[in-house]
Amino acid sequence: MNPYISHTPAETEEIFKVVGIKKFDDLFIDIRPELRPKSFHLPEGRSEFEVVEAVRQLAAKNDTGLKLFIGGGYYDHYIPSAVNALISRGEFFTAYTPYQPECSQGTLQALYEYQSAICTLTGMEIANASLYDGGTALYEAVLMAVRITGRQKIVMDGGVSPIYRKLLRSYAANLDIQLEEISAAHGQSDRREIERSLDKKTAGIVLQNPNFFGAIDDHSDIIQKAHALGLLAIESVYPLSLGLLKTPGEMGADIVTGEGQCLGLPLNFGGPYLGFMSTRKEYIRKMPGRIVGQTVDGKGQRCFVNTLQAREQHIRREKATSNICTNVSLCAVQSLIYLSLLGKKGLKELAQLNLNKAGFTRQLLSKIKGVEVKSSAPTFNEFTVCLPQNAEDVVAEMIPRGFVAGFPLGRYYKGMDNYLVVAVTEKRTKEEIVDFAENLDRVLNG
Amino acid sequence: MKLIFEKSCPGRTGYQNPVNDVPVEADIPPQYKRVKECRLPEVSELDIVRHFTKLSQRNFSVDTQLYPLGSCTMKYNPRFTEDLARLSGFAGLHPLLAQLKNGEKLTQGALTVLYEMEKLLCEITGMDAFTLQPLAGAHGELTGVMMIAAYHKAKGNKKKYVIVPDSAHGTNPASAAIAGYQIISIPSDKNGAMDIKKLKASLNDEVAAVMLTCPNTVGIFNSGIDTISKMVHDVDGLMYYDGANLNAVLGRCRPGDIGFDVMHINLHKTFATPHGGGGPGAGPVGVNKKLTKFLPISRVMRREDGAYYLDYHFPDSIGYISSFYGNFSIILRAYAYILLLGKEGLQETSNYAVLNANYIMHKLREHYDLPYDRICMHECVFSASRQLEKGVHAIDIAKFLIDKDIHPPTVYFPLIVKEAMMIEPTETESKEALDSFIGAMKEAADLAEKQPGAFKCLPQSTPVNRPDEVKAARDLDVNFFSRVKS
Repeated sequence: MNPYISHTPAETEEIFKVVGIKKFDDLFIDIRPELRPKSFHLPEGRSEFEVVEAVRQLAAKNDTGLKLFIGGGYYDHYIPSAVNALISRGEFFTAYTPYQPECSQGTLQALYEYQSAICTLTGMEIANASLYDGGTALYEAVLMAVRITGRQKIVMDGGVSPIYRKLLRSYAANLDIQLEEISAAHGQSDRREIERSLDKKTAGIVLQNPNFFGAIDDHSDIIQKAHALGLLAIESVYPLSLGLLKTPGEMGADIVTGEGQCLGLPLNFGGPYLGFMSTRKEYIRKMPGRIVGQTVDGKGQRCFVNTLQAREQHIRREKATSNICTNVSLCAVQSLIYLSLLGKKGLKELAQLNLNKAGFTRQLLSKIKGVEVKSSAPTFNEFTVCLPQNAEDVVAEMIPRGFVAGFPLGRYYKGMDNYLVVAVTEKRTKEEIVDFAENLDRVLNG
Repeated sequence: MKLIFEKSCPGRTGYQNPVNDVPVEADIPPQYKRVKECRLPEVSELDIVRHFTKLSQRNFSVDTQLYPLGSCTMKYNPRFTEDLARLSGFAGLHPLLAQLKNGEKLTQGALTVLYEMEKLLCEITGMDAFTLQPLAGAHGELTGVMMIAAYHKAKGNKKKYVIVPDSAHGTNPASAAIAGYQIISIPSDKNGAMDIKKLKASLNDEVAAVMLTCPNTVGIFNSGIDTISKMVHDVDGLMYYDGANLNAVLGRCRPGDIGFDVMHINLHKTFATPHGGGGPGAGPVGVNKKLTKFLPISRVMRREDGAYYLDYHFPDSIGYISSFYGNFSIILRAYAYILLLGKEGLQETSNYAVLNANYIMHKLREHYDLPYDRICMHECVFSASRQLEKGVHAIDIAKFLIDKDIHPPTVYFPLIVKEAMMIEPTETESKEALDSFIGAMKEAADLAEKQPGAFKCLPQSTPVNRPDEVKAARDLDVNFFSRVKS
């Protein structure tokens, strides 16, 4: 018996009488015999205890005891306990989209606060109430740039995450969008190549800071040139770095997106994560996703509602700005709680701590024979090294030693088989870092 | 209630960072640094706990109220799945580990969950293969339509249109449009089903697919579904099944057996994962053999020795549609839920979901207009048109329910029913809860007769009453900091 159904046999009988049926089958007469299942061979149900034990055993088959020096856009940061405690409140996680504002002020106010936090973090004027993840948010930004400019060409910088680039390629395949990709290098954006690609047919340029190789850039000059040609600058960012780094707003960017996993969300083997988007006020009606606005109720009290819904699919159907319905509200609230805990000072400190730890690691690795630190540009908490041998093999050899040494670039970049991107968060202690460098030295130099 | 930013007090902090234990105080050149301060709040941990606890108390939720929001399947979310999702063996697992050399060895547990979940969903739906990557229902729709486009492209078919009924969820036409198709909307017949004659008139060689919700959004199972499938397949169109209403038919009918080629499932509906105030959800997509080769990469495969791995080598794949393998922790919750219920538990789910909806329908039919008066599936749709004669709208009845401590049903959807009230009680509500809802709805109908003017000032029991939505859209205020100058 399904333990979540509460009807007793007597109650079920009583309801049968009211409905005028004798058995459950009578409810399904519209499903003619020839439409019934050809098979439904599922396992027998189990007790909660048995399922929990079985799933625990599966969890134990994953190796999460390794020290992570891998990032690639997804980072091993510490999550304060208050974050999980608060998002575990049933009033948050068992509610749905706030369609009835009077009984959804909790979610609505939290999302308004989240939008405000994203705005101040990215230096932009407005933000939406979240998109699925960093990759899909970037795709929505590209569609938004096409809508705003009425142009079809998108130029993508070589420093943009190769995962995002692959995503954009799949989505663009069915649409009238030309994607032009600048070839990847491990330093800052290649100004000359970008300038050559931008023209008056271009809808947007997609940039990333810090880029996939870890390099920090100031894209102000590129963005100025983009604006002169009437196109939009889309900047994908690592939000934690904005505790220190120049914001996309300060660079003049038009649309900002990013992956919010680092803001208090577990790694979760890939999701759920948090896609955020912020932009200029003038583009608010072209922005996809839900937007929460402040207003007043009949008594003049402050309250919050979903606003500008006329952009959305449930009203505009095929003419909507996006097909998105469910987004990731709970993850947005989660990131807001995390950002509130850190606060103004804590975010800056945390960013500095990541910078210090990565800087220390970079120093140690550069002393290892055969390791060449590739990033000439300044880096944040991730940097690229070139190894004297295949990086994939080195990473595989480091695993029995207890480390995930980084992300080998050969998987996504031709000719970069020896390159490794190393990430260091505040969770890595001095001892671990020293140990890591020593082990890498042993693997490379015996 | 004050915003968290308005509770800020300079110098206060809610969290202590670890000390810097490395002998480096790194710096970056000033041109790369932010100048404008990031104005996050300065509050203590207790301030934060109180603030968000108080906020949560301003929500209705399944945990606290009956939530019969039609088409959203707001059933109880079992707690054991929350515990499982937080196990460090899953929560701490970096997605890129699986892509390292021999990395599959580090992630066998997670890959097992994904592989087995695909197999379970195949058996539940009668499809041949699944991708678990789509991150929500609408994302699944887009993925499905992209595969449809890839199918037609591979066959050299020139297709331009996707057909949807006028009762469809708004996401259907929106997803098809984003995948590059034009939309044809087909009206419903007097039974609420797609009008077959009108479908016939619109079907031609340029139709790529028909997207259907079955049972549909008025809660009716279209018994002529096989006829529609045949008509669509005759022009080499594909049949898309919107799985939003799958909770009605578990063990009673499988989309794969009745002619559907591709479908999505909302795990946050049928398989009891929490809705999170509007996500995260998960929207796995199932396909039959016609479409398997177009599935997104990566796919989880099993070696002869029983080990699982990620396979990226599918030349016809539509490519990456998601950064990784889907909303893993949501998939995990749904997987555990299916294991616990098993075959019979799933069948009972639909039996009772449908029974409860019919109970409400029978108890309220005298009090409200019932545009489609026949056995319903997991939800029933009433119209407040009788009440409207007295000036009372569906939204007024919704607000009345809020004061009765009940979350209102979906109102004004489906669009084909005037003053629609779409009620989906789900299988997890007790008879007492259903009766209290029925009682409240009767009271509302009674009040509409006797004192229709009384509705306008409702609700009264909530922290705020009806918001000025026009002002919200006109005097846009979506960011605290653009109101307050620094």
